[in-house]
Amino acid sequence: MLTFLLNGETVEAEVGPTETLLDFLRDRRGMSGTKEGCNEGDCGACSVMVTGEDGVIRAMNACILFMPQLSGRAVRTVEGIAGPDGDLHPVQRAMVEHHGSQCGFCTPGFITTMAAAHANGATDHEDQLAGNLCRCTGYAPIIRAAEAASREDVPDWIADSPVQAEAPYPMPESSDALATWYEANPDATLIGGATDVGLWVTKRLQDLGKVAFTGRCAELQQIESTEQGLRIGAACTITQVLEAVKPLYPSFAELLRRYGSTQVRNAATLGGNIANGSPIGDGPPALIALGATLHLRKGDTRREMPIEAFFLEYGKQDRQKGEFVEFVTIPKQRNTVKCYKLSKRFDQDISSVCGCFNIVIAGGSVAKARIAFGGMAGTPKRAAHVEDALIGKAWSEENMEAALAGFAKDFTPMSDMRASADYRMHAAQNMLRRVYVESLGIPASVLEVRP
Amino acid sequence: MSVGKNTAHDAGPLHVTGAARYTDDIPTPRGTLHLAFGLSSIANGRIISVDLTDVRRAEGVVDVLTASDLPHDNDVSPSNHDEPLLAVEHVHYLGQPIFLVVATSHLAARKAARLAKIDYDAQEPTLTIDEALAANARFEEGPRIYTKGDAETHLDKAANRLQGSFEIGGQEHFYLEGHAALAVPQEGGDMVVHASSQHPTEIQHKVAEALGRPMNAVRVEVRRMGGGFGGKESQGNALCVACAVVADKHGHPVKMRYDRDDDMIITGKRHEFRIEYDVGFNARGRIDAIDFTQYARCGWAQDLSLPVADRAMLHADNAYNLDHARITSHRLKTNTQSNTAFRGFGGPQGVVGIERVMDHIAHHLRLDPLQVRRENFYASGGNISAKMKPQTTPYGMEVTDSIIREMVDALEISSDYQARRKSVAEWNDKNPVLKRGIAITPVKFGISFTLTHLNQAGALVHVYQDGSIHLNHGGTEMGQGLFTKVAQVAAHSFSVPLDLVKITATDTGKVPNTSATAASSGSDLNGMAVLNACETIKSRMAAFLSDGEVVFKNGLVRFNGHELSFADAAAKAYQNRISLSATGFYATPDVQWDRIKGHGRPFFYFAYGAAVTEVVIDTLTGENRILRADILHDCGRSLNPALDIGQIEGGYVQGAGWLTTEELVWDAEGNLKTHAPSTYKIPAASDRPDIFNVALWDGENRAETVFKSKAVGEPPLMLGISAWSALSDAISACGEAYPDLDAPATAERVLMACQKLRV
Repeated sequence: MLTFLLNGETVEAEVGPTETLLDFLRDRRGMSGTKEGCNEGDCGACSVMVTGEDGVIRAMNACILFMPQLSGRAVRTVEGIAGPDGDLHPVQRAMVEHHGSQCGFCTPGFITTMAAAHANGATDHEDQLAGNLCRCTGYAPIIRAAEAASREDVPDWIADSPVQAEAPYPMPESSDALATWYEANPDATLIGGATDVGLWVTKRLQDLGKVAFTGRCAELQQIESTEQGLRIGAACTITQVLEAVKPLYPSFAELLRRYGSTQVRNAATLGGNIANGSPIGDGPPALIALGATLHLRKGDTRREMPIEAFFLEYGKQDRQKGEFVEFVTIPKQRNTVKCYKLSKRFDQDISSVCGCFNIVIAGGSVAKARIAFGGMAGTPKRAAHVEDALIGKAWSEENMEAALAGFAKDFTPMSDMRASADYRMHAAQNMLRRVYVESLGIPASVLEVRP
Repeated sequence: MSVGKNTAHDAGPLHVTGAARYTDDIPTPRGTLHLAFGLSSIANGRIISVDLTDVRRAEGVVDVLTASDLPHDNDVSPSNHDEPLLAVEHVHYLGQPIFLVVATSHLAARKAARLAKIDYDAQEPTLTIDEALAANARFEEGPRIYTKGDAETHLDKAANRLQGSFEIGGQEHFYLEGHAALAVPQEGGDMVVHASSQHPTEIQHKVAEALGRPMNAVRVEVRRMGGGFGGKESQGNALCVACAVVADKHGHPVKMRYDRDDDMIITGKRHEFRIEYDVGFNARGRIDAIDFTQYARCGWAQDLSLPVADRAMLHADNAYNLDHARITSHRLKTNTQSNTAFRGFGGPQGVVGIERVMDHIAHHLRLDPLQVRRENFYASGGNISAKMKPQTTPYGMEVTDSIIREMVDALEISSDYQARRKSVAEWNDKNPVLKRGIAITPVKFGISFTLTHLNQAGALVHVYQDGSIHLNHGGTEMGQGLFTKVAQVAAHSFSVPLDLVKITATDTGKVPNTSATAASSGSDLNGMAVLNACETIKSRMAAFLSDGEVVFKNGLVRFNGHELSFADAAAKAYQNRISLSATGFYATPDVQWDRIKGHGRPFFYFAYGAAVTEVVIDTLTGENRILRADILHDCGRSLNPALDIGQIEGGYVQGAGWLTTEELVWDAEGNLKTHAPSTYKIPAASDRPDIFNVALWDGENRAETVFKSKAVGEPPLMLGISAWSALSDAISACGEAYPDLDAPATAERVLMACQKLRV
């Protein structure tokens, strides 16, 4: 039995392990305010507010949120944003007054995302709303509405408290418990935020069989900052990781700002981003460049490896059955990492090329270089030849240009709907040129140009 | 008093609370069945066998239909009877529906639809414009050609001459609400269909054909769509017909909605074009003669491709007076989705063609592109005297209402174009990696359906005895605010507060024989029809109340020194057996043309606009973004400036998206690889211009339209062309050659163009 709060009322329901919140709302509760726009977490029409165990309100995509993930949490849908007396929430009022809805189909998702941002005092509206697509308005009136609403107080009716609830499906609460369960059920699927696994269900129409959820594994949701560096639990969300790396590695944080959307970052976990082995995930290239170590666990056996060693080939990782990613550690270091993400659209897009450069210059020469790419091979991969060509040489245009030849030795990218092989190769090389020109203080990011 | 106000969208409060009901939100009775199509997995070939055993055995499956199970017509084409609901013997594109699963839930139907075993005799698909040309695969017998003057001779004589060829990608509508339909069987074989459609009458027509019944047995209702943009003009036929046929067979309500991926794989999109040009011009950039060849990739079925391609030809001039022009149009048949209506309906492709030519001429002559554009603008309508013959379009229509010169003059100043153009050049000199670009482009868009008989509309207005008003008309609401505008017209006519007017769902049982809500014509046509109905009721009330003058003003009715509230006047009329219900009708006057010859007056009037866009590009990666857009747009005497500005902002961003990040990619087998928002990228919030200034031109329509307003649905989309033109301008800072930029100008295309210039 699942217990959670829905628009302030306790709901108890028998739910399937991969039943989505969107289907539950629309098909079982007849609550049709929350819309299905894409069923893959990309359009935001299904956005809802979820208050977690920590009492923090977050926007999330209901279409790829499995019901068990809500155990003990509080959900607020568009039907629950106005006050008990029907008073419109400031974001609702502002959206009407600023003509922020036209066809209105995306509007419920905008309202919930905006209300979540409003509750958190967030005013980076473009980032907050990057996961909500609108095809009618061109966004201008929506951003005007968000700005207007941000000047108003948060209504008291929006706050929810989590509830005590039994786990409806396996939700191990410690690393030990998870290790024991997974070793006993090695063919099961572990579900973190379900931003990838969700699509196996909604698009591939897979039956996942036995599953366990990592959402209650507090131990794996911690980020520790120690003398040695950062130790990030695998079940930490990208939102958590972004906050943790922001003061240390701002370029990595900027990369994560463009990872999915607010809704996706609030659900997706770092462990999932690594363990799914995708060649185009944005976490691994940065982690490789930072010299991160991956910590795996199976039962009582733990092992660790440089994160790049985990990715063996496309679709194959160095992970045994019943083994899971427990932690990632990033060694303490000076901030020299530069992360570049290329995609058709800046926000909420998958990288065609993601290049991360950790080049340490000492006395005018390259003392250290760790360069890694996503989108250039079947796995996230280091540019070993490029690194070798740079290390020990003067950091000069001539040497940098000479190193470009290494790319062809390191990578044979492919063509797909995101980019051609030719473009990937050129752009990857030009990213090294960008590192160089930026080291001279020459502006090279269109995102930093103001009118 | 209502017209001209910034009234908010009538459904705004419903939208923001989740209470606005779309087709899939309509509560359904127990026993409702759900449908999914089984799709072709190849782009071209003969079907050898279809084994549906596993589909039928799947959990929740009630029935499975193939073409031979359909009781009557197997056709969902809006034009040429060439589009079977379910494929017969042959499949023509990858994603074509072959069979129909009926199941107890949406998910069960989707799961079962994947279990068929289909054997094909696969044939080589015709996918590209080149392949279609090589195979001479086309609609109509050969290319259509429109001519004015003698282009060939004047090209030869011209002082300067340029040729070029470029590609313009298609565009997915990406209405946020995917297609959906619900059919509810009635007694005696009647059928009620709830559709997400811009064209309820067409749905009614196709459902009646499929059921083998007259149109009077079918009633179609549309309260609202979650976006249409042309994508719901004909593409909803398949779902509605499928639902109705199954509902009729099983006696249960039947619902169908496409999953997003299915929606994108099955339905048509904006036509992809290649445009070739050969232009002769003088030293100031004035065009002497031009020869355009437009190649339209239409997809597998005709759908609306002929009028789309016609409209591309009709907009090959955009805002420019061409003395000698030849426009050739090839309508090519390919094994891809059947391309369809999309905001602008071919017009945008035609406009992109000549805007590209203007940029190319300016680059060649090293002139400010604005100067070249000015050399070629149509003369102002106000300056066309009786002595001076009005200038004509390449299809022989007189242009008597041009305000493009005045608008561009005003925009040049308000946007500070000249100073910014200079500072862009200075900035580019200082920045080796990033480059800025700026461009101003105009829009002149012809308003009317080019299929002339569609320029008609009906309305039904009831005044109840309490003075409340029930409003109905043939137009559909897809977010554009049509219902609000038309309600403003009704409230204005009766001079009553807007909240007395109840807006109701479009219903083929109330207003028959309607045209699609398309061609930007919604408020022009339906506003006039409603005004006509209101005036009929008013004149009946007035004739009954007094022989003298009767004035409806501020909720009151004044006559012979008396004064009644509108409600009292209505009650009194009712008690005296005066009819308070009227139909209204409107047919656009003066439009007539010959689409084969390409001559006459297809349009009632033109709507104008202009935009200045400034962009920045990264010459190392091709990444680019819009920094600022300034727009001046002509809505005539706007019925609702707030809603019109909403159309302009939204149209601009949609147009800029089409030409930048929105890229459709098919693989060599004809498989659409960009069939979800994860791979097909419409603009997000941060893609809108940082500075976004939109103003309305202060003027009125010279044509007799409803309160002198102008249509606004489609024209602003073409303002986005200025973003593409600005990108080309930025790229040209990389070298001497012409950038030769294709659309969409993705980061990849921008980088490749930069690299070509730098070699």
